[in-house]
Parts: sequence; C-alpha cells; structure tokens
Amino acid sequence: MTLMTRLACCAAALALSAAAASAEPALIFDLGGKFDKSFNEAAYAGAERWKAETGGTYKELEMQSEAQREQALRRLAQAGADPIVMTGFAFGDVLNKVAPDYPDNRFVIIDMVVDQPNVQSIVFTEEQGSYLAGIAAAKASKTGTVGFIGGMDIPLIHKFQCGYAQGFKAARPDGKVLVNYTGTTPAAWNDPVKGGELARAQKSQGADVIYAAAGGTGIGVLQAAADEGILSIGVDSNQNHLHPGKVLTSVVKRVDNSVYDAFSNPEAITGGVKVMDLKSDGVTLAMDEHNKALMTEDMVKAIDEARAAIVAGTLTVHDYMTDNACPVE
Amino acid sequence: MGLTAATGDAARPATAAPPAIELRGISKAFGPVQANRDIALAVRRGTIHGIVGENGAGKSTLMSILYGFYRPDAGQILIDGREVAIRDSQAAIRAGIGMVFQHFKLVPNFTVLENVILGAEDGALLAPSLGRARRELRQLAADYQLEVDPDAVVEDLSVGHQQRVEILKALYRRADILILDEPTGVLTPPEADHLFRILRGLRDQGATVILITHKLREIMQITDAVSVMRRGEMVATVPTADTTPEALAELMVGRKVLLRVDKAPAAPGAPVMELAGLRMVDADGVERLRGIDLTVRAGEILGIAGVSGNGQSQLLQILGGYPEPGAQVTGRATLKGAALPLAGADARQRRRVGIGNIPEDRQAEGLVMDFAAWENMVFGHHRDPEYQAGAMMDNDAIRQRTARLMQRFDVRPPLSDLAARNFSGGNQQKIVCAREIEEGPALLLVGQPTRGVDIGAIEFIHRRLVEMRDAGAAILLVSVELDEILALSDRIAVMFDGRIMGERLPGATTAGELGLMMAGVGEGRAR
Amino acid sequence: MTRLPRWADLVLTPLISLVLAFGLSALVILAIGESPWLALKTMVTGALGSSYGWGYTLYYATNFVFTGLAVAVAYHAGLFNIGGEGQAAMGGLGVALVCLALPWPHWALALPAAMLGGAAFGALWALIPAWLQAKRGSHIVITTIMFNFIAAAALNYLLANVLRPTGSMDPATARFPEGTALPRLTDMAAALGLDWGKATPANVSFLVALAACGLVWLLIWRTRLGYEIRAFGKSERAARYAGISPARITVVAMLISGGLAGLMAINNVMGEAGRLVLNSVEGAGFIGIAVALMGRNHPLGILLAALLFGFLYQGGGELALFTQIPRELIVVIQALVILFTGALDNMVRMLIAPLFARRGGA
Repeated sequence: MTLMTRLACCAAALALSAAAASAEPALIFDLGGKFDKSFNEAAYAGAERWKAETGGTYKELEMQSEAQREQALRRLAQAGADPIVMTGFAFGDVLNKVAPDYPDNRFVIIDMVVDQPNVQSIVFTEEQGSYLAGIAAAKASKTGTVGFIGGMDIPLIHKFQCGYAQGFKAARPDGKVLVNYTGTTPAAWNDPVKGGELARAQKSQGADVIYAAAGGTGIGVLQAAADEGILSIGVDSNQNHLHPGKVLTSVVKRVDNSVYDAFSNPEAITGGVKVMDLKSDGVTLAMDEHNKALMTEDMVKAIDEARAAIVAGTLTVHDYMTDNACPVE
Repeated sequence: MGLTAATGDAARPATAAPPAIELRGISKAFGPVQANRDIALAVRRGTIHGIVGENGAGKSTLMSILYGFYRPDAGQILIDGREVAIRDSQAAIRAGIGMVFQHFKLVPNFTVLENVILGAEDGALLAPSLGRARRELRQLAADYQLEVDPDAVVEDLSVGHQQRVEILKALYRRADILILDEPTGVLTPPEADHLFRILRGLRDQGATVILITHKLREIMQITDAVSVMRRGEMVATVPTADTTPEALAELMVGRKVLLRVDKAPAAPGAPVMELAGLRMVDADGVERLRGIDLTVRAGEILGIAGVSGNGQSQLLQILGGYPEPGAQVTGRATLKGAALPLAGADARQRRRVGIGNIPEDRQAEGLVMDFAAWENMVFGHHRDPEYQAGAMMDNDAIRQRTARLMQRFDVRPPLSDLAARNFSGGNQQKIVCAREIEEGPALLLVGQPTRGVDIGAIEFIHRRLVEMRDAGAAILLVSVELDEILALSDRIAVMFDGRIMGERLPGATTAGELGLMMAGVGEGRAR
Repeated sequence: MTRLPRWADLVLTPLISLVLAFGLSALVILAIGESPWLALKTMVTGALGSSYGWGYTLYYATNFVFTGLAVAVAYHAGLFNIGGEGQAAMGGLGVALVCLALPWPHWALALPAAMLGGAAFGALWALIPAWLQAKRGSHIVITTIMFNFIAAAALNYLLANVLRPTGSMDPATARFPEGTALPRLTDMAAALGLDWGKATPANVSFLVALAACGLVWLLIWRTRLGYEIRAFGKSERAARYAGISPARITVVAMLISGGLAGLMAINNVMGEAGRLVLNSVEGAGFIGIAVALMGRNHPLGILLAALLFGFLYQGGGELALFTQIPRELIVVIQALVILFTGALDNMVRMLIAPLFARRGGA
C-alpha cells in the first residue's frame, strides 16, 4: 500500500469509528484500576461478557487522579457514548453536576445515589452479604477472633464491616472482631502491601479468619492470610480461586451483571435507584470447587437459614449508612 | 623537558633561528567589531616579550587565537617557522604553548599535584601519573624557584602560590612558550618580584615568555621587547631598552598621556569622618579589624596602603554599610559630626547620609554585569525619588541621565542599552565612577580604582578624584598599587593585619619605607 | 561562546527542541506498532479541533501560566522554586475556605476574595522555605520540594478528616455555593453573541492569567522591586553593595512566587471543580518549571509555552481515550517535550550555535 492510500484508510477508519461512537457504551473505572481483581474487575468482566456475546465495542477509561473525573465524564458524553457506566461512589458529586449538561446521554452509577432523571443509581445491600460472611467466619474460626480489613475509611465500607460483625455476633456472641482500615484517601484502595501488613498484625492478635473489603488492597490481605495459614474472605468478585482452599468464601456484588444489563439493554435505564440485594441475587456468597472443602454442613445450613430469613424479611440486617452507627462492636 | 634542551638562545643573533611564534596577517571580527586587524608579530625564542594596549585593544582576542579558543578569520600562525593550525587548546598545548590566565583555572579542593596532572593523566590509574608528576615538580621547583608543596590543597594557598601552580601546570605539559595574562594584578609587590625572578629563570633556560600587562613599569623592568596594540592593530614592536614608559603610553592611547597625577597641594578642611576603635570579627570568629582609628578631612585624599587581605576590604565594606554576613562590628564613627552607626547598618542608609562608594570589585559588587548601562547608572540609588514615576521606575529619566553621564565620563561605546559585561574594564569603571561621583557625596570610598583599567582610563579616573577633592569632598582611597597611593594621596596610612601601622606624608616617605610597613615591620604603633 | 541572535534564541531553539521531542515520540509510537500520524491527528483535533478541545486546552494553559509565572519570578531572584505544586495545592485550600466561608451572592465578589485567599495560602506556603533560606541558608530547592510532600499530606488529612461534609464519602470539600461559580469562556462568548460550544472548564481565570502576565512583566521590568529582584538574582554581592537586603528579596520574591502558584486555584478549584478534591493540582506545579524554562522566564514566552503544554495535556488525554496508545506512553511523550525544551535546551543551542558562528564570521 502506498502512503497515500494508507492515510486515506486511516482517515476512513477514523470517520467510521466516529460514526460508530454515537452508539458505543462506555465504562469508567475508579481509582484502583481495571485489574484490581475485585470491584473494578467485576465491572470489567460484565463489559467483556457483553462484548463477547454481542460482538459490540465499548470505550473504557481508567481514572488516574481525583481531578480527572469531570473531564473524563464530559469527554465521553461529548463523544456520544451511551450509556456511560461508572464504578464507585466518588463519581457521585461530579455526575450530579455533569449529567444535566448532557440530557440525551444515559448514565449508570454503581454504589452511589445520584438524583438526576438521566442517571440510574445502582446500590447493593452489602450488609446482607457481609452478614452471611460473618456467620461463615464465626463457624470457621477456631480462636473465636476474626478480622476485618477495610480499604478507605468511609461509611460504605463501614456498612460491610457492620453487616459482617452482626452476622458474626449472631453466631458467636462471645467472639471478637478486629477492625482495621488501610487509609483515608482513595490510595487506600490500591495498597496491597499495607493490606498484607494489617492481616499479619491481626493474625498476631489471634484472628484466624479475615474479611477484606478493600478493592486492590484485598489482594495483599488474601495473600498474607494464605501465607500465614489462616482463612480469608474475598469481596466484590469471586476471589475464591486466588488461593484455592485458603479463601473461605467471597461476598460477591454482581457488579458484572449490572454493567452487562446496562450495556445490553440501555432502553431499560431509567432515573432512580435500583437496589441489588440477596433476593435479586445482586449480592451472594460465592460457593465453588475452590472452597467446597472449607464449607462444612453446619456452616452451609446456618448460612442458608439466615439467607432465607433475610429474603423473607423476618431478619433485618442493620444498614450502617442509614444512621452512621452499628448496633454491635 | 623541552625547556632544558634548548638553552642559550637569547644570546644568539636574531636572524639565526626562526621566531618562536610568528603571526602573519591575523584578523578576527565579532560581528561588526574588528577585534584584530592584520596583526603581524614575531617573538624571538628565549625572550620575554611584553604586549601592552588599552582594554579592548585586542590583546585578549589575539591570545585566545593563539591558545585555540577562537579561530582567526584570516592569517597564519607559525611556531618555530612551521605553520600550525591551532583548533583548540589541546592543539595549542601540543604546539608547546602554555597559558596562565588572569583568573586561575584550578580546582580549589584538589591538591597541587592533582591540579597539575588534571587532564594530562597517563592512564586510567592515577598513581603512576602522580608519582611521575611529583618527581617532575621537584625538579621544576629546583630549576625555577617554583617551590610549592605538592600535597597542599589549592584553596589553602596564597594567590601567588596558586599562580605558581598554573605555571607548573603549563611546564608539566612541556610548554616552552608561556603566555601570562595580567599576572601581577593579584600579587603583592614581593610576590610580583618573585614571579619576575621565575620568569627570568625560564627565559634563561630558553623558554619564551609573552607577558600581557597594563603596567608599563613592569614592561620596563622585565621584558626584552615590547609590542603595542591599539584598536585591534599592532602599532609598534620595539626593544624595551630603546623606549620609555611615556613613549609606550603615547603609542597605546594614540596621544600624549600624563603618567603623573598633576595636582595642587591639598587644603584639608574640617574632619568629615572620624573612626575610633573599629573592630570586626568575621563569621568564623577571626578578628579581621583590630581597632582602627582614622580621620578623613574635607578636601583631602587619605590613601590606605597595604598588601591585599590585611583588612582593607572589610574596612570599606563596613563603611559602605554591607559588612560580610555574620560579622560582628564594634567601634564608633561620626560623619560630619553626627554619629554613624557601624553595626547593623545598611548600604542605603550610608548613601542617604552622603557616603559614595566605588567598590574594590566592580564586576562582583559595583555593577550587575547583565544589567544595561542605564540600569547600572542608578544602581544603589535606584530608590531615589528622582528616578521614580509613580509605582514604576522612571526609565526615561534614568536613560537621559545615563546618556549625559556617559558623555561626561567619556564612556565608550556611549550605548546606554549595552550590558555592563560588554564594556571594557576601564569603561565599566567609568560607569561606576560616574554614578558615585555625580551623586556628590561628602565622603567617597574608593577601592582599587584602577585595577585592570587601561592607561587612558586611569588618567581620567585619577583626574576626576582629584577634582572631587578640590571641590571639598573627603576621599578614602584603598589601593594595593603603591604607585597609585603615592601619586594620589595627601596622607598615607599603612594597613597590616587589621591594624594601622602608621601614617606618612607622601613627600616625606619612600616606597621602601612603606613597603616595610606593609610587611608589618616598622613603627609598631599598633603593636 | 557564540551568542545566538535573539530570534534564534527565542524562537528557533524551542522550535527545534519541539521537533526533536516529537520526532523521538513518533519513533516510540512506531515501536509499539501505532501510527504516529494518527496520534498527532488525534492530539491536534482533540485539543484544537473543537470548542470543547479549545476549552480544555485553555483551561490547562491557565494553570500553567500561573505556575510558570511563579517559577519565573523566583528565578529572576536567583531562586529555584520547585514548590509550585504544594503552593498551588495550598492555594486551593485558601480558595476553598473563602468560597465556603460565606454564601457569596455573585462571582464578581467571590473571585477577588478567592484570589486573595489562594494567593495568601500559596504565599504562606512559600514563606517558610524562603525564611529558612534567608535566615538559615537551607537550600530552597530542597525545602520547597519537601514542602510539596507536606502540603499533599496536610491536604489528605484535612480533606479526609476536617473538610469532608458529614455523610460524604468523598475526601473532598462540600460543593461551593452557586454564587462562586465563575463564568466560563463559552458563557462569555455566548453573552457576546458568539456560539462557542458549551460546558468546557476554561473560565474567566484565563483572563486573570493574562492580566497576571502583564502585571508580572511590569513588576519585573518596570518597578523598583523588580529591579531589586533581578539585581539580587544576578549577583548577591552586588545587591548587598547596593543596599538591597538579600533576606528581604528572598522572602518577597518567594511570597510573590508562591502567591502566583496559589492563584492557580481560582482556575482548577473554583472555576472547574467547584470544590476542593484530592490532588487537585495534577502536576501543574512541576509543569510550571518546564513552562518557565521554555518561556525564558518572560511572561510572553510563558504564555506561549503554557498554551503548548495545555495542548499537550489535552491532546494527550484524547490519545488515551481514542487510540490504543497506553496512558504511560502519553506521559513519555510529555516527558520528552519537557526534557528537550527544558533540560536539553543548551544542547540544542550548542548544536545550532556553529551555524550562526560561521555566518557571523563570514
């Protein structure tokens, strides 16, 4: 090919992609990155599943710093991406400002409520999944002490912690839950080294099951727990396979399903809040071949009973974010 | 050594051997400025050849061409009768040319030995080079009175010794043509005498020495032949024995020059400044001034003689209101009868009360070299109301004043937008003098007014200082040039080691007596 | 040795530096199997091809003008202020406190107050290193760079623990009141009857930046203080001789420098985000060093260099979005431009000097 024809092809391709852009959906990952094996990666998995099934393409963007959020959102909206799905509460404020400027675009935000007519907010009942994880931890612990390691110290993660503690105390009123947070800034989502250190510290205080709700930081927690010969509980994605036989279970948020649904059926996106709970399988506890041996009959029975009670409405798990307080320590 | 091989050349007739250096038709221009024009020069082997000329006459350009810093636009260079191309300083060194610059090019925290072999190491390992250099240095020291401790760190050495290291560097590189640029500018008289003994020794061993200087006395004292440059041209080359300082000065300037300062006897009036018990301890705890008592009267020039480094600089800085940082100053002073605070003073306050200051180092203190002439013309007085226009500086007024002063002080070129660094030394000094004198101070501090200044400008500056005196100003003159002190002063105080050794009247003393006092021998009033 | 003609120094050298930087970047892009031509096209259309692109390019350029001027003022005093990043971050804090302090009725009232707040905080953050330099001789390069870290840590703490509104999970302040929203350039164009797109963050701060260029020029070349700053920057000994206090000039120049860096916050914090978030400066403090170097510490040069870096920033962002060129490589391209225009400036000058030397000699 001569240079000229190649240039012409380039230009044509560019024009084509510009035309196609109007229909392309987009996904923005929060700080912590696409491959955090947890929250963002779950979203990525959903988008990839949609791509594999439909053969479509989508735009994706990874945040590098807080200050980029607004431009990222505007750029995608400007380019005509629709719908635009973003992961993480931190987009809430910016989206609230940007969405009215682009009334023809549809936005989906996960983990945060934004009250705009063209924004669908998807929240998960993490406290329910964490409650079940607390029961599992209580049954699996030999020492009666378990740990919780959160990422950034914010109410959303306290919601995980509180549900976990409620479930644990329900099964083991005399037991003890150790709690640590990695930090107070978004950097806390991506600090596996510190996560590992915290896990070792908790082990030395007697914890033998540690629940990590910390995004990419959790990888360090799971690794340290496996190294130290104690159990861990993963979060957001199914992380059981990371250390087979060492990860008790994972509290799975079906972020992937939310992204998949938004991509495959944008017409269904409406303003308002969509709650993903145990009942709708938006939140589950991961059971697979990697943790089968760890899940005793007694444990599974207790979990199933609690799940049934929650779904039926006879058992209410307190949501920390309703009053910023937790009924148990 | 190339030196020892060629001996007794000086005795031979000039026609027997080709000149050590011959230049034919060398020209070099920088833009519109013709720095060298069709220069012809022949320097006989085994002689000391002086080159004199005013600043800006093209001496430095010519030497830079010889040392490979510039390439000439036209002309040939012949070494021992063979044409050579000197592309860079390495080529110059290979051709046997060594250069001792006015500002030494030594690494201060290296030892003498390390400095000497720097750039001339034999290989990657230093030890063999150092061993060889040590042996050669010992030999050179013995041959030419170039004694220097090879293991001394250069920054601990006196200026005179540092200069010897520069000469040793050149000799170590087998130089048999040695060029020295203003070598005595930084030396005390005894150091200068020692240098001349070294140069004579080199000549007698067959080396060729080219000496660039302003000081006609030195030319007469040591050279065998002298060439005069003026405005980029070589105007004359004569045997030194056949000429006089007056004739040389006339050749340099192109007109008759008065070498003596023509002045009427002073008519001193009331004391302008009285200084009592001035002491200063510097930041390192060294006492630099040990109780100075001085009186300067209206209408007189008080000269302070002394070898540099005996506290004169500190004295001028304290009086000028900018003692070195960390210095502790005590003592009492009055100016025109009013108390003059010595400690914690600032230079602006000094100017306000009428103290002018022509500093010792015009390039580092008196001028901002990157500033244009007009910006320098108000330097230190830039807060005076006549240069302000509202919140801004009145640049037009400053430019007009500059144009006026440049004309009155014959600053060349008279371009007020030219940066200070692009003026010759003499013209830079004229800018400083114009600024300080025209403010009409009651007391003028003057430090080394003619250091590195060409003859025409020296004459001019001296005349201006005497005019100021005659107009009733008090002048405190510090100079390491005894000739200058003797020529200008109405009263002479000699400083040594932070003390005043004594006062003399210029008519009632000799250079010999002052020299002894400068060396700390004599009256001992302060001892 | 050879001095370049003024136009070569001011125009040719930066231009050759740029061409070299872009050439090397093109090779890098080729090496990873992408088309440099497409990359360039993406950058140009993304940064300059639409009102949207221009809006962001000017927005970034505004940041860089402020930080570039900050570096330049200190540079004229012979001080190398590397702390623009921290000073701008602190300026952000000042702007945020001012904006949140009152229910501002109109931006025209809020802007001057916010400018004061931002400049004051930036200046104070520069004051401590300046004082340490003036009185204790602590090298300002070291202290200012250290203060960048301290500023970042302090803001982390304040945003996470003090300024975060209750109930918010974001480590950011509350949104500023409506009355502090600065008019965007697009709104201003619309008011003049021009349709210049919408919703881009370039705002009235850009005009403030232009005014700052003019004022800095006046300060440096027309006022007594500027005269003293330049004299001190060229020669401390000469300054002392002239009665210019080194300590005073060090402190004053750094206050102005820090104030200019802090002023940047009216653009990014008040104009764009409308609240103070973590890492709001996004490296503009460091870009300012390159901008000042490339702009020869002259306000006009700084303005041009800031526009260039604004283009690189915005165009680089477009590359990340619309090509397969990884984000890291875009940082490489920006770094190459900084390297060539800033650090290797003298190399280019030496390369072209012989050309002029020969011409001059002939």
